[in-house]
Amino acid sequence: MTAPILLLTGIAFIAAIILGIASRLFFVDEDPRIEAVANLLPGANCGGCGQAGCNSAAEAIVARKVEVNVCVVGGTETAEEIGEYLGYDVAGAEPMLACSSCEGGYRAARKYHYSGLQDCRAALQLYHGFIRCENGCLGLGSCERACRFSAIRMDPESGLPIFDPERCVGCGSCIETCPKGIISLVGEKTKILHWNQYTQCLSPCRQRCPAQIDIPKYLAHARRGEYGAALSAIKDKNPLPVSTGRVCPELCATQCRRTINDDPLAINSIKRFVSDWERSSGKRIPVPVAADTGHKIAVVGGGPSGLSAAYYLRRLGHQVEIFEMMPKLGGMPRYGIPEYRLSEEQLQWDIDGVLELGITAHTNVTLGKDFTIQFLLKNGFDAVYLAIGAWHGRLLPLEGKELTGIYSGIDYLRRFHTDEETITGQNFVIIGAGNVAMDCARSALRTGASSVHLIFRFSRDLMEANAHEIADAEKEGVVMSCLVSPVRFIGEGGRLTGIEVQKVTLQERAGGGLPDVIPVEGSNEVLPCDVLIQAVGQAADLNDIIEADGLAKTRYNTIDADEETLQTSLPGVFAGGDCYSGPRLLVEAIAAGRYAARSIHYYVTTGEIPAIEYRQREMMAPAMIDSLVNVVPQPTNAIKPIIPLEERMATFREVEGTISERQCQLEATRCLNCGIYCYDQDDLPLDQLRIAKSCPNEPHIVEKEKNALAA
Amino acid sequence: MDLFYLAISSTFVNNILLAQYLGHCPFLGVSKRIGTALGMAAAIIFVTILSAIFTWSTFTYVLRPYGLEFLQTLTFILIIASLVQLVEIILKKKSKALYNALGVYLALITTNCAVMGVALLITRKELGFIEMLVFAIASSVGYALALLLFAGHRERLQISAIPKSMQGTAIALVTAGIMSLAFIGFRGMAA
Repeated sequence: MTAPILLLTGIAFIAAIILGIASRLFFVDEDPRIEAVANLLPGANCGGCGQAGCNSAAEAIVARKVEVNVCVVGGTETAEEIGEYLGYDVAGAEPMLACSSCEGGYRAARKYHYSGLQDCRAALQLYHGFIRCENGCLGLGSCERACRFSAIRMDPESGLPIFDPERCVGCGSCIETCPKGIISLVGEKTKILHWNQYTQCLSPCRQRCPAQIDIPKYLAHARRGEYGAALSAIKDKNPLPVSTGRVCPELCATQCRRTINDDPLAINSIKRFVSDWERSSGKRIPVPVAADTGHKIAVVGGGPSGLSAAYYLRRLGHQVEIFEMMPKLGGMPRYGIPEYRLSEEQLQWDIDGVLELGITAHTNVTLGKDFTIQFLLKNGFDAVYLAIGAWHGRLLPLEGKELTGIYSGIDYLRRFHTDEETITGQNFVIIGAGNVAMDCARSALRTGASSVHLIFRFSRDLMEANAHEIADAEKEGVVMSCLVSPVRFIGEGGRLTGIEVQKVTLQERAGGGLPDVIPVEGSNEVLPCDVLIQAVGQAADLNDIIEADGLAKTRYNTIDADEETLQTSLPGVFAGGDCYSGPRLLVEAIAAGRYAARSIHYYVTTGEIPAIEYRQREMMAPAMIDSLVNVVPQPTNAIKPIIPLEERMATFREVEGTISERQCQLEATRCLNCGIYCYDQDDLPLDQLRIAKSCPNEPHIVEKEKNALAA
Repeated sequence: MDLFYLAISSTFVNNILLAQYLGHCPFLGVSKRIGTALGMAAAIIFVTILSAIFTWSTFTYVLRPYGLEFLQTLTFILIIASLVQLVEIILKKKSKALYNALGVYLALITTNCAVMGVALLITRKELGFIEMLVFAIASSVGYALALLLFAGHRERLQISAIPKSMQGTAIALVTAGIMSLAFIGFRGMAA
């Protein structure tokens, strides 16, 4: 009797001792909060949160990998309890809602007719599904059946899932079920941090827009008269819509699929209408801001890139302060764009929209002179974004360069917006053919110049300015001479009196790039002038900063930063906009601001900046669609009102007006709502609808269908 | 040659899951996806081999010499449970990667009947050390094989049109039965 008892006790005792020693010896420091959080969770181990049971969910919550409201079963109550225990602000826990990225549905082209099991996963096993588009929704409703909260239903019209935001809890079971991976959980942060990927279904305009604005989405809202929603969609990627609505060269419209047999959409005119709608209402559409993260970030430069970075960092919940060297915020759009294109008042509306989120701005402080990067990093800022722009106007090193009367383009334009005296004269010569040159020429005409002569070294088709700027400048009376190169400046008593120029011819350079310029002997002539403006390039003023902080620069005199992250040679210091890329478009500066905000957000929260997988850089193959089936051409009606020539002189009144509400809605209906392969077609008689709509690219299937019906 | 027969017989012919019906909880519980089934299978192989070694040693060097064979079930439970705990503690510290891969499943098989079954069968068959090792490895590999095959079936079943009354566990049990019949087909291949 004693032997068995002794034995069992002995074994139990030994086991206990070994386990005891082992748990001491192999003790792993575990956060006591994990156990406490696990106790707060319902303990159902259902996996609804996407974690392996409640314990790992607790671990993930404590590690802040998932939000406190992750538990599907416990709901808000549990989230609040956990939030209270961990001391987080639960109200700030961002709700994530499911949404699908496919717009195609029934209109997408089909490879074959599928009549097998009505389940997306089953259908996908047959030659990758019956939809020709690799990203497209198969529309068999597996997600609808997977949803445990009845938040998804299939739209019988389009064949696409519709998500009910009231019912969706963001559990993600539809995402796991969808074999095409087109459903994702989207919250405010996701929208800000996301960049286009090749795996997405992107309309051509979305691919081309540097800021990656979801153009079809805002056009759809504008079409339905939901201007507030349209504006919110724009502001998810672009915080300065009033300014871009006026000066953006509309790269998106160049890719508009309507151009195949029609005018492109006046996309920017619609953006301008929508943003002016808010501005004239005087009331701002509220913008959601995430709960405070406790991180402080300094943005150096209050131009478009700096404002954009500040805006998105603030929306992500960080504290942001802007440092600006000029007396007012706005950067080049304020000091470089003339009033007749974008007025200070209009720009100020955009800037106020950024500052009203709770961003502090310090003006009249210059980096490198008044403060240094090290100073910022030592004074509580976790990261610094350098968006100091390219404020140094290049001047040609020709004979006579010291004469009075020679200015750089940005120097000339800046004086209209500062206390400095503006430059006036009778005869202007302008060198260069970019947008800055056009701005200078047209401003000179408005200040009373009797002649404005613009000279350009290359041929007309190499002019960099927007086509309509060139046309407008010529209409207003600017004389343009192409293939003319400056030789020397001529002066009398220290004042400029003329410029000697020379005709040139061009020779193609092997391997592309700008052609070589070959002077024509004996073609020299003198253009008399009293003001000469050189708009021949801009650079960043980096010397003081490099001396103070040891920042690395490139051989193009821009700040050297990593292309993937925008991080400079100094850790925690990022750079973007003109000072990194050289002078570029306003919309590109805005895009750089959001890109930097993404990097900085990851840098301060996780310490690591993940690369963007399949990042879309080039346009996806344009050959996918080369003709439009069942789309009747419909010329654009959104022509902006323009004031007559005689009213333009001697004032800086805005030249182009905003389109009307009716024009805006009409224009928005022209949008084809493109995906990669599919687009909206015009309505057809009911009996053809499904077949014809399904197949824009493969007319032979339509014909086969018709023949079958006939037989 | 004997060892080879032993391996074949315990992997296929006397498959611990499908011929001896041991360890059916994870067989039905974690067989919905191949990924999880793979984790479970790995954990089973690992624990079965370890516990077989320990229980065999205890039985041979402690229980039999003192004539306490009747206590084997109780002692084995004790040993297997503490062993799994110990392994979990050590893995957590020493190999975080392995712990993360096996972690959730380790705790689940503390009281798994397949593990226990293998330990008891070894004593009943009075195997030597090498034979014990081969038997444990082969049995657990057989278990893993059956589990993975079954998980593959169930993944397919999930997207098939099944009558309402048969959905879920019902069709799973029917499938298990048919698989079991199939494994009976191995009989006579090796004793």
